[in-house]
Amino acid sequence: MLMKANAQRYFTRAWPVVSMLMLLLVIWYAAAVVLNAPFERDQNERNGVANLSGMAWISTVLNQKRPVLPAPHQVVQELYDTTVKKKITSKRSLVHHSIITLKTTLLGFALGTLLGILLAVAILHNRALERALMPWIIASQTVPILAIAPMIIVVLNAVGVQGLLPKAFISTYLAFFPIVVGMVKGLRAADPLLFDLMRTYNASDWQIFWKLRLPASVPYLTTSMKIAVAIALVGAIVAELPTGAVAGLGARLLAGSYYGQTIQIWSALVMASLLAAALVALLGVLDSWTRRRMGQMT
Amino acid sequence: MSSSVAINPSFAGDSGANGAVEMAVQTNDLSLTFETADGPVHALSGINLTIEHGDFVSFIGPSGCGKTTLMRVIADLEKPTAGSIQVNGTSAEQARLARAYGYVFQSAALYPWRNIADNIALPLEIMGLSAAERRERVARNMELVELSGFERKFPWQLSGGMQQRASIARALAVEPQLLLMDEPFGALDEIVRDHLNQQILQLWNKTRKTIVFVTHSIPESVYLSSKIVVMSPRPGRIHSVIDCDLPRERDLSIRETPEFLEIARRVREGLREGHADES
Repeated sequence: MLMKANAQRYFTRAWPVVSMLMLLLVIWYAAAVVLNAPFERDQNERNGVANLSGMAWISTVLNQKRPVLPAPHQVVQELYDTTVKKKITSKRSLVHHSIITLKTTLLGFALGTLLGILLAVAILHNRALERALMPWIIASQTVPILAIAPMIIVVLNAVGVQGLLPKAFISTYLAFFPIVVGMVKGLRAADPLLFDLMRTYNASDWQIFWKLRLPASVPYLTTSMKIAVAIALVGAIVAELPTGAVAGLGARLLAGSYYGQTIQIWSALVMASLLAAALVALLGVLDSWTRRRMGQMT
Repeated sequence: MSSSVAINPSFAGDSGANGAVEMAVQTNDLSLTFETADGPVHALSGINLTIEHGDFVSFIGPSGCGKTTLMRVIADLEKPTAGSIQVNGTSAEQARLARAYGYVFQSAALYPWRNIADNIALPLEIMGLSAAERRERVARNMELVELSGFERKFPWQLSGGMQQRASIARALAVEPQLLLMDEPFGALDEIVRDHLNQQILQLWNKTRKTIVFVTHSIPESVYLSSKIVVMSPRPGRIHSVIDCDLPRERDLSIRETPEFLEIARRVREGLREGHADES
């Protein structure tokens, strides 16, 4: 009885996701046929060969070596070949590259979260600082990261900072922003009555911060962290481009586009989005865990 | 009728100069004007009020008569713009810094991320009491408001009445001589309210604390108080002070007695006159 009810609940939860996925696949396949067909037709015309028809034609179009838009099964095949069938230590292993990108992302995200919280606390502490800092913080995000990333790498390289850290700084550069905005809001979010109450207790600013402002800001922090981790990954990938495309998912993307390896590009893209989804989901777990710990219903 | 009323006539003469008898609260021609975009709002005007230790004083009046503002001035959450106020013989600020009072708001204002026991322990943590002392006070005050067994529950798991009792326990845990209660039962239904009224009265009898209580309800004010301060709006001022000399031991049936009804009638009259002043 209970199991049946459980199964039913999973079904009601899963079906929108599954049907959306199916729809996406159908659109993807249709687009792949449409986009890849001209190349096949040109090729046949040049060779004086008649076009195939029906399923045979579609099958050919969907299995090109360098398609304009790779079909889903080609991407899956490539993912399988470069993860399961390659040793992790191999330069051609996507797992190897993912781990490098993941390390950069996590370091950049951690630094960004720390920087974001510190800036938010500074802004909270001093209104003048808010006026002084906020325009710069916002301006920092209007600069295209693609333009500034090589400069940061080069400058840091010149002062002897190499390896993971320069790339992580690009992630930090993007990730700190949602944290600052979320935390400035969160640290002020508590009910005014609770602040009055603190006043009646003659609480120090320090006590108000630890016992009221900080706990009240936690839901804002965890939500901001979800956004921050996703853009930290984008930052890490961008940061891998100007380093000579040696390693990481960014390197795979760049190398793929150098050599017209669209399947490789797409499998790196899919890997990056899977990584992002996993990181966001992990933070979702952290979010609901803190909510439970802090007595919220969900 | 003059808006300047000393509650206890015997102290009316020497209340200012002679500090021999210390009052729980004493105000002298106190006014508070809020500057707003639409011009000044006279929240309080010419308030002269004396509250003795052990009094149960209710502020009653229509919305906008400044009863909550007056309470906030006593608590040093607002500063008067004219006149002066003393709490326990010191300035309101010194009284606040000495944690001389417990404040109970209209809503329970519990910290949602703390369970009930931790909510009650919060002011004690801020005061720097030892863990053992905190545990002891939390347990004692939870028992006093009949909440024992709910220590580990979070606020949302409790009914409105239980939440308000928790907030009263939190105010009491500080062990203040003065309890400021701003319409604490306003959001509760009649039956819960009656029950809590009885409990608060018992508490007052047992502890001999000074209680200042804001309410909209005439029966509630008469049932609870030893003095009723009738206030009127625009500008917020004291219309009259009515002695409520019913015996301290009261149960709910006292509300049917002629003495009770007579006091209620005088309060109602005062409120009506206050409104008439305005027009």
